[in-house]
Amino acid sequence: MKGAEALLRALEQEGVEVIFGHPGGAIMPTYDALYDSKIRHILVRHEQGGVHAATAYARASGRVGVVMATSGPGALNLVTGLADALMDSTPVVAITGNVPRALIGTDAFQEADVTGVTMPITKHNYLVQDVNEIPRVVKEAFHIAATGRPGPVLIDIPKDVQLADFTGDFDGALDLPGYKPTTKGHPKQIERALDALEKAEKPILMVGGGAQHAHAELLAFAERTGLPVITTLMGLGAFPGNHPLWLGMPGMHGTVAANRAIHHADVILAIGLRFDDRVTGKVSRFAPHAHTIIHVDIDPAEIGKVVRTHIPIVGDARLVLKEMLKGAKPLRLAGWWRELEEWRTRYPLRWKPRSHLQSQEVIRAFYEATGGNAIVTTGVGQHQMFAAQFFPVTRPRSFITSGGLGTMGVGLPFAIGAKIARPEELVIDFDGDGSFQMTLQELATVVKYKLDVKVVILNNGYLGMVRQWQDLFHAKRYSEVYLADSNPDFARLAEAYGIKGVRVERKEDLRKGVEAVLNADGPVVAEFKVYHEEGVFPMIPAGGAAEDMILDHPEEREREEVEA
Amino acid sequence: MRHVISVLVQDHPRVLNRITSLFARRGFNLESLAVGTTHVPGLSRISLVVSGDDHTLEQVEKQLNRLIEVLKVTDHSEPHVERELCLVKVHVAGVEERLAVKDIQEAFRARVVDVAQRSLILELTGDSKKVDSFIEALRPYGILEVMRTGAVAMSRGERTLKVREKREAV
Repeated sequence: MKGAEALLRALEQEGVEVIFGHPGGAIMPTYDALYDSKIRHILVRHEQGGVHAATAYARASGRVGVVMATSGPGALNLVTGLADALMDSTPVVAITGNVPRALIGTDAFQEADVTGVTMPITKHNYLVQDVNEIPRVVKEAFHIAATGRPGPVLIDIPKDVQLADFTGDFDGALDLPGYKPTTKGHPKQIERALDALEKAEKPILMVGGGAQHAHAELLAFAERTGLPVITTLMGLGAFPGNHPLWLGMPGMHGTVAANRAIHHADVILAIGLRFDDRVTGKVSRFAPHAHTIIHVDIDPAEIGKVVRTHIPIVGDARLVLKEMLKGAKPLRLAGWWRELEEWRTRYPLRWKPRSHLQSQEVIRAFYEATGGNAIVTTGVGQHQMFAAQFFPVTRPRSFITSGGLGTMGVGLPFAIGAKIARPEELVIDFDGDGSFQMTLQELATVVKYKLDVKVVILNNGYLGMVRQWQDLFHAKRYSEVYLADSNPDFARLAEAYGIKGVRVERKEDLRKGVEAVLNADGPVVAEFKVYHEEGVFPMIPAGGAAEDMILDHPEEREREEVEA
Repeated sequence: MRHVISVLVQDHPRVLNRITSLFARRGFNLESLAVGTTHVPGLSRISLVVSGDDHTLEQVEKQLNRLIEVLKVTDHSEPHVERELCLVKVHVAGVEERLAVKDIQEAFRARVVDVAQRSLILELTGDSKKVDSFIEALRPYGILEVMRTGAVAMSRGERTLKVREKREAV
């Protein structure tokens, strides 16, 4: 048996069913072995598409996503996707070929120090020097990727190691003396947390991506206690977006109710989130009335990193919630809820209707037509925030977006990965004209595997989010954000790939357009020409606090006042 | 504040790389780093000196602990022994200077490890402050080269850098 075959055997042993990837010189022995393997391979058109697809596969399924690439350029094309997976704590294993051992360090053809390059953007990485180490390394890589705080792990294997004769075995044990994640929360701390909640007058429950797998326990805990729930962008779907206890998303483009709740809260129970600056705004002004912050996270390094934590609980969100549920009592929060209810009803998420077609109404129309029953993926930008605001997902693992890294171009490859993980689901990618063009070559992957994904491009002819910032903070100096003069006809572009193209320009055609997308048998790329000057609101400017929230574009407000 | 930290690591290739790159990308200032093997095969011990406030130090420890190959991290806030080895090549113009340098050498209990016509190499171990003073004392004679290892540290008394109950202390 060659090293390459041992590698595939080890992957099969880990239960790998699908690998996203792109072949090349230094990984060819493994692709040769793949020819005889049961593992399904999805050929992408760019390695970045492969790693994003593997990421979404992991996020949608709860399993480890696997991507494969050749040495040098192939491996380096994974960099953005690995960083994205690390920031959003996603279990991905990347396997890369490398030049033969004898050539390492000689600037050989297609050589790059991939373990060196990916060190800061992976949870761990390996350069396999001995063919017999392959099964152990694979076992460790999957264990590290999937346990503790999940994250990407890279295995770099020189070509001659893939070709070497394997004489080892597959039953080796894990040998990771320095890796022992704490999963069970400390009982004393849990007790203190419950006690603090019981004494609280204005408590809130904040939930991040680390609670996606704890949705059942979370729902039970929230319902038992009656705590108001706020979910971050990564936490969307971990708690049902149509539940009466849900206040929405916090932070820069969060709801008024969620941000005011944080601002006035006296006790915050934060689970599986890392207090990103897009959530906290200016940290010194974050939650000024909170005398007790309880932080549950599996990664001890996250606790106290950004905000001061009074009750730290290191552990897995699901196990900690399970324990907390045992001692949880209904809390008396009627007065607090009256306040929250007032903010919620007075400041719902809304948009100012215009004569032109608008992103928000397109997303809302899809929400209504599907009953929210879909997996949503997004690119990065205004459309991403609109999707988060107006497509409230009700089930976990159903809103797949790039939170931490904010990677433009993830929408389409995310949709591919999600569809392969959950083929029975409707998958909609809400994308921007800018975002979509960063990875649109993956339409070929959609065609090749006949993946029924619906790509909805909200085309405003701009890099909309940058434009919005230039509008508000750079005196309308729209530096290099105009795309409309050079955008393709997206519907025709889709047709060139053999995919159904839909184009909607007028408000009155919205419903018809939505139906055309949803009723199509197979993939669709739909372009909705939306209002070009739309802004995402509410908004807390970067470095601001909840009190600095802007509800509408300042000029629009002035215009309204003049008209009145 | 200056902190001396001991880190017990698995002796794998690139582990030092991981540690230094972690310091670089998190913006922690690493003042010195000294590494050597231990009496347990496969385990190395690193002494590093960092400065920062409590929050920085807490993050340094937590981020180091996140590394898969790191087994144990200790901040030597308790009584500990700290030593640094330093080699100084100093210019000696004539007999007079040679005698003067010899006085300094004796005062610091340093050793002469190389003698040439117009230079000496002196070896000194001690804590970092002592090494600093030694170098300052020699400076007037013309220092040609200095090599310092950076601090190494160990807790006093029975305390050891333990990994698990079963594993032998190192």
